[in-house]
Amino acid sequence: MAEVMRSETLNISNNTSSLASPELLHVLAVDDSIVDRKFIERLLRVSSCKVTVVDSATRALQYLGLDGDNNSGGVEDLKINLIMTDYSMPGMTGYELLKKIKESSAFREIPVVIMSSENILPRIDRCLEEGAEDFLLKPVKLADVKRLRDSLLKAEERVFKNMMHKRELEANDIYSQLKRAKI
Amino acid sequence: MQRQVALIKQSLFDQGYLDEQFMELEELQDDANPNFVEEVATLYFKDSARLINNIEQALERGSFDFNRLDNYMHQFKGSSTSIGASKVKTECTMFREYCRAGNAEGCLRTFKQLKKEHATLRKKLEQYFQLARQAGPKEIARRPK
Repeated sequence: MAEVMRSETLNISNNTSSLASPELLHVLAVDDSIVDRKFIERLLRVSSCKVTVVDSATRALQYLGLDGDNNSGGVEDLKINLIMTDYSMPGMTGYELLKKIKESSAFREIPVVIMSSENILPRIDRCLEEGAEDFLLKPVKLADVKRLRDSLLKAEERVFKNMMHKRELEANDIYSQLKRAKI
Repeated sequence: MQRQVALIKQSLFDQGYLDEQFMELEELQDDANPNFVEEVATLYFKDSARLINNIEQALERGSFDFNRLDNYMHQFKGSSTSIGASKVKTECTMFREYCRAGNAEGCLRTFKQLKKEHATLRKKLEQYFQLARQAGPKEIARRPK
């Protein structure tokens, strides 16, 4: 009977997840309000997320390594799973930050959520058209954050499962080749 | 003591000083972070004092830059909303309406009222937090485990 090939025997790397660490989403939060920064940070920590908070879109770009002149920017190995940004900020708005992120090859796949205290439909439409993952009305609710987290974790799980399935197929393929070679 | 704390909190809600957002903040407290709400409140009052100062200076100048004033008030309203400061938030909204209408007199009047509500809330919350600390951690609402 065929032996079951274990992944360890084939030396498959276990680090296949893009999560910052097992089960932990890393969220970058951007807000110019000190009260809202404290609030969103707490909401995210309570939801078991790793949090980095900055006070402006400019600082967010600096953190991501996108503030240089060259377009190839992006900090290597920086694992961000979600960006949540306030819409109305002095200097660069959350909308402009969204655009910059979607223009970057390194970070355009990262979901960006816009937060705003104002329920302005054209604004919401514009953000969604530009590729925002979601638009949350402030004050943000814990339920909103948990919902985001759950849907991101599900997406990560799907990616992970697909990858593992692919590796399994590859492993089976190698196994059959070895078997044939022995005969 | 604990009952006193609960009563003070209830009256703050009943009288409309605080709204459900304050309760949302309390829900975020736990054993590891028992003073979260007080920390947020401290940040709020520090930040709003700065905003009040800026608005005061802008008003004193006499030339009513309604855009600038509205901008300050947008920030003020935002943080007031985040902490659940209901009456202050209402005054912020009114102020902004007067800004949009270009009504200087209305702005001045509302600002006076806003400062009053702000000061009252500050005093009441300081009292509440002090008593809550004395009463012990049981009194602060916790997230159900």
